[in-house]
Amino acid sequence: MMNNKLKKIFHSNEPYIFLIIILLGVLVQIRSGQFFTGNNLVDLFSALIVPGLFAIGEFMTLLSGGIDVSFPALASLSVYATTKLLLDRGYQGNVIAAFAIAIAFGAVLGALNGFLIGYLNLNAMIVTLGTSSIFQGLMQGTLRANQLSTIPAGMKTFGTVPFISATNKVNGLTSVLPYTFLVLVGVCVLMYLVLHYTIFGRGIYAIGGNASSAHAAGFNVKRTKFIMYIIIGMIASAAGICRTCMMQQMHPTNMLGMEMNIIAGVVLGGVALTGGSGSLLGCMLGTFLIVMVQNSMILIGIPTTWSDVFVGAVIIIGVIVSALQSNRYEKVRTSKNKEAAAK
Amino acid sequence: MGANDEMLLLKAEHIKISFGNVHALKDVSLSIRPGEIHCLAGENGCGKSTLIKIISGVYQRDGGTIEFNGKKLDKITPIDAINMGIQVIYQDFSLFPNLTVAENLALNTEVASGKRWVSWKNVRKIAEDAVSKIHLNIDLEAKVGTLSVAQKQMVAISRALMFNAKLIIMDEPTTALTKKEVDALFKIILNLKAQGIAILFISHKLNEVFEISERFTILRNGEMVATGNTKDLDDSKFTYYMTGREFENKKFLPAKVSEKPIFELDDLTSPGSFEHVNIKLHGGEILGITGLLDSGRTELALAMFGMLPASSGKIIRNGKVVEIKNARDAIANKIGYVPEDRLSEGLFLQRSIADNIIISEIDHLTSKGIYDRKKRDREVGNWVHEMEVKTDNPENPVTTLSGGNQQKVVLAKWLATKPEVLILNGPTVGVDIGSKHDIHVILQKLAEDGMGVIIISDDLPEIVQNCSRVDVIKEGRIVGEFSGEGLNEAAILSAMM
Amino acid sequence: MRKFKKAFNSNIEVSRLLVIMAFWLIFMAVMQGGKFYSGKNFLTMAGQFPEYGLMVLGGMLPMITGGIDLSLVGTANFTSILCVFLAVRMFGADGTMPFGFIVVFFLIAAIVGVCVGSLNALLVSRLSVPPILATLGVNELLLGLNIVMTGGAAISDFPKEFCDFFSQNIGGFLPRKVIIFILIAFLVWFLLEKTTYGTKIRLYGTNAHVAEFSGINTTRLLFKTYILSSVCAALGGLMMLATYSSARADYGSNYTMQAILLMVLGGVSPNGGKGKVSGVITAIILLKFIESGINRFKSVSTYYVTLIWGAVLILALVMDYFGEKPRKVRVKKQG
Repeated sequence: MMNNKLKKIFHSNEPYIFLIIILLGVLVQIRSGQFFTGNNLVDLFSALIVPGLFAIGEFMTLLSGGIDVSFPALASLSVYATTKLLLDRGYQGNVIAAFAIAIAFGAVLGALNGFLIGYLNLNAMIVTLGTSSIFQGLMQGTLRANQLSTIPAGMKTFGTVPFISATNKVNGLTSVLPYTFLVLVGVCVLMYLVLHYTIFGRGIYAIGGNASSAHAAGFNVKRTKFIMYIIIGMIASAAGICRTCMMQQMHPTNMLGMEMNIIAGVVLGGVALTGGSGSLLGCMLGTFLIVMVQNSMILIGIPTTWSDVFVGAVIIIGVIVSALQSNRYEKVRTSKNKEAAAK
Repeated sequence: MGANDEMLLLKAEHIKISFGNVHALKDVSLSIRPGEIHCLAGENGCGKSTLIKIISGVYQRDGGTIEFNGKKLDKITPIDAINMGIQVIYQDFSLFPNLTVAENLALNTEVASGKRWVSWKNVRKIAEDAVSKIHLNIDLEAKVGTLSVAQKQMVAISRALMFNAKLIIMDEPTTALTKKEVDALFKIILNLKAQGIAILFISHKLNEVFEISERFTILRNGEMVATGNTKDLDDSKFTYYMTGREFENKKFLPAKVSEKPIFELDDLTSPGSFEHVNIKLHGGEILGITGLLDSGRTELALAMFGMLPASSGKIIRNGKVVEIKNARDAIANKIGYVPEDRLSEGLFLQRSIADNIIISEIDHLTSKGIYDRKKRDREVGNWVHEMEVKTDNPENPVTTLSGGNQQKVVLAKWLATKPEVLILNGPTVGVDIGSKHDIHVILQKLAEDGMGVIIISDDLPEIVQNCSRVDVIKEGRIVGEFSGEGLNEAAILSAMM
Repeated sequence: MRKFKKAFNSNIEVSRLLVIMAFWLIFMAVMQGGKFYSGKNFLTMAGQFPEYGLMVLGGMLPMITGGIDLSLVGTANFTSILCVFLAVRMFGADGTMPFGFIVVFFLIAAIVGVCVGSLNALLVSRLSVPPILATLGVNELLLGLNIVMTGGAAISDFPKEFCDFFSQNIGGFLPRKVIIFILIAFLVWFLLEKTTYGTKIRLYGTNAHVAEFSGINTTRLLFKTYILSSVCAALGGLMMLATYSSARADYGSNYTMQAILLMVLGGVSPNGGKGKVSGVITAIILLKFIESGINRFKSVSTYYVTLIWGAVLILALVMDYFGEKPRKVRVKKQG
């Protein structure tokens, strides 16, 4: 039994990704002596916040067998609209208002995706490609968005006041992990609870596994998808607010183009593009790996210009490993079936 | 019929339904007694599945009456059907491969009860209760995708039983099961019967109908053609009811067999699947290879065609050792292969009949590198005519054809490559009796014209009727060869088991 | 009338786009009259689309196989940067380049195309990596190399003879770029409709497993497909170099999405098995008309172009949904 459980663990991707992260960490540590320092780790976690939030949303979509490439545009639009609105009103108060408004915008925009994908049953990839263009057009065309170099005071404080800060004794650098990190933790925990302890969450797994059976089992497939895309819109908008708070300014286009790396991270973590399988832990580990490669190169003396080369290499190697592994698993499974049949 | 005197569980009379201009069911009646095992048989497209869907509330009938458990029912919804105790186990089982056994068992109940939260303790309890009903010993935490077909079926049955089922409808439940698994399934069916649950068993396999059912109903073209006690039924009556035709089954006798073998396997081995297989095939012969589902026969077939190359041993064509590492090598050596699963290995379902026929010979349909459409259309026309594929336009998708005609398209595709050796793995699985007969005639004709044919099948009547020689494979080894007088079902069966 | 209907339905993707195009052209005629319908305007439009048009033509092939090529833009920039580097190394940043040397540029494009395409195909066919991830990884890798080579800056000092070559008009009105585009479009059309390759990739895109069983050399097919795609992208890179008259690591970063959008709009199914050159070309022309038309309205922000692209895509999908629905239901019921 114990043995069985152990086997199950090593059939999944998570331990491998974790191992790669540790190995890479040790490598960087040996080369630079800087990896396992408080400030580096704080930097890494701080860099994980926004991609991590996006990844959680994407994870849910992939789980249901869909895909979403519109979330950067969606987040940009709703956060730009929110920030602009607050600035025009001269609002300087609490960040909660910013979150509330942005999340409300996000829900509306997500509902558009949800309606088209859920109720009209259109191809998710194409729909989100289209809505991505629409959101971008609304932002840059209708709202005539350009860079907002100041943001409301409430947002500023939220993005800078340290939740944890760490100083490196060697070089005296201090890194700050702002309270936005708690947003990531909160969303992560909430998502775990939703996926594991609600019928809605199990419905997402069920739809990803076999949509027609899910329908036969009594799930309202259309509504579940609809609500799911609304939630993704809300999470993406929250991520956008976090990013704006942390950057201390709103740049309407600098989140665009993030979608593919986010998807790659989630898939590296063992979430299948075909839907139905994968874990939240894997999703976070995969995303963390990409963030880590992007941020650690400089520590071992590789110029930042090389970071994309390494991210590309990690994605390629990662997907090869997981493709080979799933092939092997397939083989193990068929021979096991035979054993079972022989008995 | 006498059934009226007793209490009936299900009484459906004069059921009619039409879709557009198609009268799918014209006047069908079906009665099932409590706790009986009833077999519903009929060719593909006869209306069996439509009838099930009406009973389970998926379709609404246009006319006729249905009584269940003594209650007249005007309109049935899927939920009504479930609440009354009608459960359908479809061929795909409607399970979630990515979820655990426990969750697959419990999810329907949890959703039906309108809950919003999942209690894993509850899930576990529901699942344990469910499997205990059929004494199923299974790891509740295993993902359903990792189970064998038989195990999945047991899970589906356990799930059906959770709803206080009075009638369980099983749609061709034995299709993908080994003999042993079928026996286990039948044991469970008898066990359910003992608990007073009626079973409507859908099948077109004659031997199963005889083995398990007490009464039968046969449909043809949307009409009920016969119903009664199984013991009054025999082989030829069954075929006649199913098809409305009588067949003269011609036993194959090889006309002229080539002197030297044209295709040989020399000590072919693929560890874990089959070992030390030696086979000689002469032109003009039909060689049968038969064995149980897990005997290694499918792996052997794939090895002969290069899809799953063997690790040692030789394949010899016309006395020369050849390397067959993939399908192209096989085709280059004039070997054709009609695969086991027409739907996932044989046909591009959404594509046209024409494209499906010419795909394997497409490289010969060019002139000066340019795809010669005229040549293609001629070729397609020839094969559609030759194989008597029933279609008014070969550019229609192959899905518009019946199972039998689809199989003829697969056959045409391989014959178009002009093979000298044709390997057929389960050539008539899921094919109606009429087309089955046609295909047998074609195969015998091919052999008479000098082709070497290998039929791999566990359909023993088919093997005995069409093969001049039969090798039996068991646990990966050839354990016996039968020909001439010794070639009969009983002998083969005893070697297989 | 019935004949017309049949012709309309037999090529529904193109017909639909033509309807939208007709409405738009009428609208433009009413609003702008001669300004839109001027030779000069059409000439400007013709000069703008070939670079991503090539990516659409090439990229549609992997999509027909049920895959996707996300490495188009990376390949294009990689090509243009290599060319610039070579030209600068040979003739100096402000030197002159002999006209014949342009052949070398095309050679570089071909080599880059073959290498990148082979890498993509290797990952997809031999290592069975999902195409979306394989090509994404390759694109990231190329982007990284581009940044490393250029340090992230634009290189605009190089012999410019090359740019002139591309923008020169043949016969006084047809830019060379457009001619190359037409040649490639013809080549892809020829491959898809006049050789067995077209039938093979469409069937492969329908069901790869059955294709394997049917004796199609699927590895060779995928190599051919991804190489063609990358070569088209590399040629697109040469055109981008001519247009911007500089090379940079991240030029045309929205071309990937644009190209995919155009493929889908032109009736290439992202699930594989379907796609025609006539469809994607109509889609390219339609969107160019719309884009150019919008730019004529001074009061309308050019950013509305993006919005309209998205809206047209969604509109096409929704038209599909409501157009095909009744047919589908009927078929389902019979089965």
